[in-house]
Amino acid sequence: MLVAFKLKLALACVAGFAGPLAVAPLLSTDFSSDPASQSEQAFVELRPSTVSYRLAGDFTRAGKTAEAPLVTLRFERPISIMKHQVSASDYQRCVDAGSCRPLEAGVVIAADRPAVRVSWRDADSYADWLSRSTGWHYRLPTDEEWALAAGSRYVDDGLPVDDNDPSRGWIARYERESERRPPDDAVRPFGSFGVNENGLLDASGNVWEWTSTCFVRTALDAAGKGISNNANCGVRVAEGAHRAYVTDFIRDARAGGCAVGVPPSNLGFRLVREQDAPSSLESLSTALRKRWANVMS
Amino acid sequence: MLTRRAVMFSAAAVALMLAAPALANEPKLPRQRVDLLAPPFVHAHEQATKQGPKIMEFRLTIEEKKVVLDDQGTTFQAMTFNGSMPGPLMVVHEGDYVEVTLVNPETNSMPHNVDFHAATGALGGAELSLVNPGEQVIIRWKATRTGVFVYHCAPGGPMIPWHVVSGMNGAVMVLPREGLTDGNGRPLHYDKVVYIGEQDLYVPKDEKGKYKSYDSPGDAYNDTVEVMRKLTPTHVVFNGKVGALTGKNALTARVGETVLIVHSQANRDSRPHLIGGHGDYVWETGKFANAPQTGLETWFIRGGSAGAALYTFREPGIYAYVTHNLIEAVELGATAHFKVDGKWDDDLMTQVKAPAEIPPPATN
Repeated sequence: MLVAFKLKLALACVAGFAGPLAVAPLLSTDFSSDPASQSEQAFVELRPSTVSYRLAGDFTRAGKTAEAPLVTLRFERPISIMKHQVSASDYQRCVDAGSCRPLEAGVVIAADRPAVRVSWRDADSYADWLSRSTGWHYRLPTDEEWALAAGSRYVDDGLPVDDNDPSRGWIARYERESERRPPDDAVRPFGSFGVNENGLLDASGNVWEWTSTCFVRTALDAAGKGISNNANCGVRVAEGAHRAYVTDFIRDARAGGCAVGVPPSNLGFRLVREQDAPSSLESLSTALRKRWANVMS
Repeated sequence: MLTRRAVMFSAAAVALMLAAPALANEPKLPRQRVDLLAPPFVHAHEQATKQGPKIMEFRLTIEEKKVVLDDQGTTFQAMTFNGSMPGPLMVVHEGDYVEVTLVNPETNSMPHNVDFHAATGALGGAELSLVNPGEQVIIRWKATRTGVFVYHCAPGGPMIPWHVVSGMNGAVMVLPREGLTDGNGRPLHYDKVVYIGEQDLYVPKDEKGKYKSYDSPGDAYNDTVEVMRKLTPTHVVFNGKVGALTGKNALTARVGETVLIVHSQANRDSRPHLIGGHGDYVWETGKFANAPQTGLETWFIRGGSAGAALYTFREPGIYAYVTHNLIEAVELGATAHFKVDGKWDDDLMTQVKAPAEIPPPATN
């Protein structure tokens, strides 16, 4: 019954990774050693695989509130994602370049600490700046990609919906989020929350990571087929110990989005690097120039 | 070397000799020792009672301690009764005598005392209870008035507000012997009582806007008074910490259960509101000789007092209990949660149609 939906989703995922790989080998070896663009940030490559995934957003089925469907996602291409969250010192370079909003007072600016108290817009600005200054395409992961990357650290936030009693879902969610709450909000060095089976550091620690996925309300028919959806891209999915929907200009969600529920401790992010080469000649020459600068210095 | 402690001791000794209290005539009444519980819990007690007046024995041990106020790790030099902010709720009945042993252990750095708003004379007992570190005192006062009342430390002068906003306050509940009643003498019974002590805190910040940390209350004093004098708290918390009564520590109840929420604010006005609920019977001023107000939305706890609200839960789910200055509730920490189990009543609240796209305007 959800076959049509699944297929559509699988196709959507595949489409994101189409692109020429022709020029990549020339530059990729240089890449990790180019201090101007990378500092110490390393990437992990996620192999094509499938993952069980709870669709994000709110769902109705035949007009009534329903649990979000659990689907199987198939990723056809490898994904390069940052090993750890973007560091505060890396983010600061974007600030110094005049392309990002300054970090909040009190945020520790260090190479081994995540940039925190950053909004979705801040993360988007950083990805944009990093792409422009390196010639590579960096972007926030989609919620699906984050789920793939997080692996065993990804939390299914599905809850059975009792049509006659909305309080069951509220209480179940409250209890589950309370159970998984990090011990405190103190920002810790990378690696403090361990490494997952994909080599990612600190997934689902006390930093919730922005994704590009918008809050979507999807209407399903009685058979479970998608009829329509209504996206609010002023609210984005932030992933961590539990999935959160946070307004895109919020830097500090600790006070909570509504009266009840457990809010994210800290907001930060990590980026995906597109596998395809820079599409324009200009960005290619930028990268080559940098390579020469390295060689010459 | 004349130490501060030596000066304090000699001053206290002189005061004692001058006061020369006579041995208090002890009422010939049975005694009962009470073991206090840390808030939000309250020690076991009767509501309506057939027993006669007793001498109720309580022990309050003062503890100066460094606490953490929030999940960001903001520290604070607190002064507490029995180690908690607020201090414990003490429950007695009208006509009982409240005998308090106030202990100020050697490990503390300052003199302390206690002023019971429910008591009469001697500045609420403060004049007769000043103890230096290493000392203890016993005072006894008669519970002549029913209601919930604040108690707090009041060592004199500028120390008074500073100790109070450092956490050194709590509450007493003096119940009528027939238990609580509404304005018409009809008995009101609670299945459960919770004590929420609201605390306004004034934590200094450094030049970078980060909260400062201190090694002792004395070190914090000057900076703290500067913040206090601006009359704008940096934190307003229930039970001593942002989120103390949320998550795993959320208050619990069941549909059909009647809860008495005792709320004290020793220093500053508050306006409690139960989001999703009401105050069925509210003693806003906290004094049971007055008929409670009924069916309230939000009530007012004037600073320096305690109030009590009775509510029978009707719907399951999550409720937030806040002060309805929502800036204080959300940004400064004044939020508690109730997690209520039970059967949903569709008649009281229902979603007629789930959110969906706005339909296009009807055309002819």
